[in-house]
Amino acid sequence: MDLSELTIKSLRDKVRSGEIKARAVVEDSLKRAKDTQGKLNAFITICEKEALLRADQIDKTVSSKKDPGALAGVCVAVKDLLLTKGVKTTAASKILADFIPPYSSTVVEKLEAAGAIIIGKTNLDEFAMGASNENSAFGPVKNPWDLTRVPGGSSGGSAAAVAARIAPASIGTDTGGSIREPASFCGVVGIKPTYGRVSRYGVVAFASSLDQVGPMAQNVEDAALMLEVISGKDKHDSTSADVLVPAFSEKIIDNMKGLKVGLPKEYFVDGIEPEVRKAVDQAVSVLKAQGAEVVEVSLPLTEYGIAVYYLIAPCEASSNLARYDGVRFGHRTSEAKDIHELYRRSRGEGFGAEPKRRIMLGTYALSSGYYDAYYKKACQVRRLIRDDFLKAFSKCDVIATPVATGPAFKLGEKATDPLAMYLNDVFTLSPSLAGIPGLSVNCGFTKEGLPIGLQLLSKHFDEEKIIRAAYTVEKHSGLPVRRPHGF
Amino acid sequence: MSLSEETIKKIADLARLELTPEEHTLYSKQLTAIVDFISQLSKVNTDGVAPLVTPTEMAQSFREDVVGKGFEPGAATSNAPQNSGNLYKVPPVL
Repeated sequence: MDLSELTIKSLRDKVRSGEIKARAVVEDSLKRAKDTQGKLNAFITICEKEALLRADQIDKTVSSKKDPGALAGVCVAVKDLLLTKGVKTTAASKILADFIPPYSSTVVEKLEAAGAIIIGKTNLDEFAMGASNENSAFGPVKNPWDLTRVPGGSSGGSAAAVAARIAPASIGTDTGGSIREPASFCGVVGIKPTYGRVSRYGVVAFASSLDQVGPMAQNVEDAALMLEVISGKDKHDSTSADVLVPAFSEKIIDNMKGLKVGLPKEYFVDGIEPEVRKAVDQAVSVLKAQGAEVVEVSLPLTEYGIAVYYLIAPCEASSNLARYDGVRFGHRTSEAKDIHELYRRSRGEGFGAEPKRRIMLGTYALSSGYYDAYYKKACQVRRLIRDDFLKAFSKCDVIATPVATGPAFKLGEKATDPLAMYLNDVFTLSPSLAGIPGLSVNCGFTKEGLPIGLQLLSKHFDEEKIIRAAYTVEKHSGLPVRRPHGF
Repeated sequence: MSLSEETIKKIADLARLELTPEEHTLYSKQLTAIVDFISQLSKVNTDGVAPLVTPTEMAQSFREDVVGKGFEPGAATSNAPQNSGNLYKVPPVL
């Protein structure tokens, strides 16, 4: 039996019934992780010892007829931005290269309580700042569909690990598209939940009003089950929402009867590659054929989303990253005469180019004399962007757009021009600013065999509708199930 | 608007970030381009619009003011580059 072909539900059912040992599942997954590491560089740390120990605990629970949980024996790759007690957590930065957290993030605790097994910590852009995974202090991740291309970012390792069938699911984080874009580039399902749906406790902070943790998986049902497990109010995160968590994975409907799908005219403009346009159009016709009414909607401020995001995110980052001072944790310079030199040098030596750029930009925009013109102005436009989405959702239930203008680009192609890299995120940034949920599901491949993602958006806390729409596309688009060559 | 190397120096100082001369030149160029791009926001009319600082605008949540269990002091300081017992060690401040 090829364990990597099983869905999460069938895998955990086999573990729960004792048909498969969790240890066998973990050994299989660890082998894949190690065998592919040289090619993909998807992991920063592989948790072999811890994972095998956990697997034996699960097997013991099963043999003593106790409940091993809803994700019993399911291997999960976790972005190295989420704290794992006793296991190094680096945020892909030199400044945290040796950091061993004294506690685990709530999401990791929830996964482990449900019987999931963390097999490793995945590579990412440093502090989740990037869209290509080229900003990692531990080297870039490669795309399993084409090793000369980026996997997307910042959750590039998490996307590549699922696409390469190392684990059936992974955890990413999304601040401006960091789950949806790599999911699109690697042909997996990725969900950025509503802001507040999932606890951010124990997640290395980048931009606190935007950061959100979410699942990546091989199919919609698996992603929905993962979301179900990690969602919910957490007393350790005052921005987590006290909202009922639906059983997302139970009885997902595979049609769109009675639902309206909105196409924002501002998103279907020049600049989208023809193959992406075609695949997205086809997915929309699948939704229509399954009962959706398709309507045009308008999000007139779309073009300003990038500017708003690249003010708000760096402002929040410059504040969040102030904690790396070389005193309590992280890199400390070896030469410092006084405390100020200690701060300056430790930070100058520890941060990579992109965090430095964003700290500089954020500090500038928040500095005396510029606050009103930049940060405050951006927050005002942010409200207008959110209001536009709410207006659009009075006319439709789900909005469908491309995730990105093109498929995965070549390594190095955009690396020297930060602005070009920022423009890549045009379709994912505005939904993040509005705080609404977004999902990426595969809707086709280019002639060269690169995956293309469809982005589905809904109102705050209405993830059920985007899961339903994605499931409808998955079940009825007639796309053959593909697996990257050699994985 | 151009961000001079002098402005970059001032910002780096505010951010407690030591930059190399090459980084000064590079960031002066790159941040000028980014700030130029961002300045397009001035075209949007935001008269009377309240800033949105957090997307779901939920009410602030409070907890009971009771002492709970935190980290052991040793665990909290275990990642410090230099410590002395349960204290952090730094170079002279004054």
